[in-house]
Amino acid sequence: MESLRIPILKIGNVLIASIQTTLHDTSAVQFKDDLLQRIFETRARGLILDLTAVEVVDSFIGRLISDIASMAGLMGTRVVITGFQPAVAITLVELGLELQGVLTALNLEKGLAALQREIEESGDGTG
Amino acid sequence: MAQGKAAVIRSDLDIVIARTLARDTAKNMGFGAIDQARIATAVSELARNIFLYAGTGTVTVREVDRSGRKGIEIICEDQGPGIVNIDTVMQDGYSTSRGMGMGLPGAKRLMDEFDIRSQEGVGTTIILRKWRM
Repeated sequence: MESLRIPILKIGNVLIASIQTTLHDTSAVQFKDDLLQRIFETRARGLILDLTAVEVVDSFIGRLISDIASMAGLMGTRVVITGFQPAVAITLVELGLELQGVLTALNLEKGLAALQREIEESGDGTG
Repeated sequence: MAQGKAAVIRSDLDIVIARTLARDTAKNMGFGAIDQARIATAVSELARNIFLYAGTGTVTVREVDRSGRKGIEIICEDQGPGIVNIDTVMQDGYSTSRGMGMGLPGAKRLMDEFDIRSQEGVGTTIILRKWRM
């Protein structure tokens, strides 16, 4: 089944993707592949994954988020996850998934600021 | 006994349908946002187990009442290969597939009650319950 593609926006040297739809496993894997391809094509230095509208993160999606951060990191792109809802943060920790090593921020604005700092620290930010 | 509503699990789309059914039922019963997320996440884990290990099965969601206390009960059933050693799969970090080994112990932590019955070659039934505060 064809699912709604999640738009991946580029602003300067940063990509922003906001998940506004319910991801089932296949569409989540497709989204991961799309993200990595876009990073490669755009040479983005940073990626923000916004989860403000996401109400359920189970172990599959949790692992996928962690994988995206690791894989983008291998490509030289820093990832910040923004907008975890309180209920999602609580269930993730209770589930046993703390997403260690994944950079997070309260919202998109704070995430963008954190990402710019990370990019500046890691050298040339011009992409 | 209330009849409840059932979702048949045949594909990964049905995992979303099952957890939405559980979440909507919990919401209508007056569970708060955090409990709704706990219930939906636990159902997502168990529905995925059905899909990955048994291929097909059912998730039934219903309201229950125990001495005046209202709760939600979710029955996850399959006729899959069954679980040989339940103690092992209930350990954190144990996984035979793409998961992180959080599925069963994680779902148990998210709910108030977790009963599992499984027989090799016959199937697995897991009953989850959460009581309203």
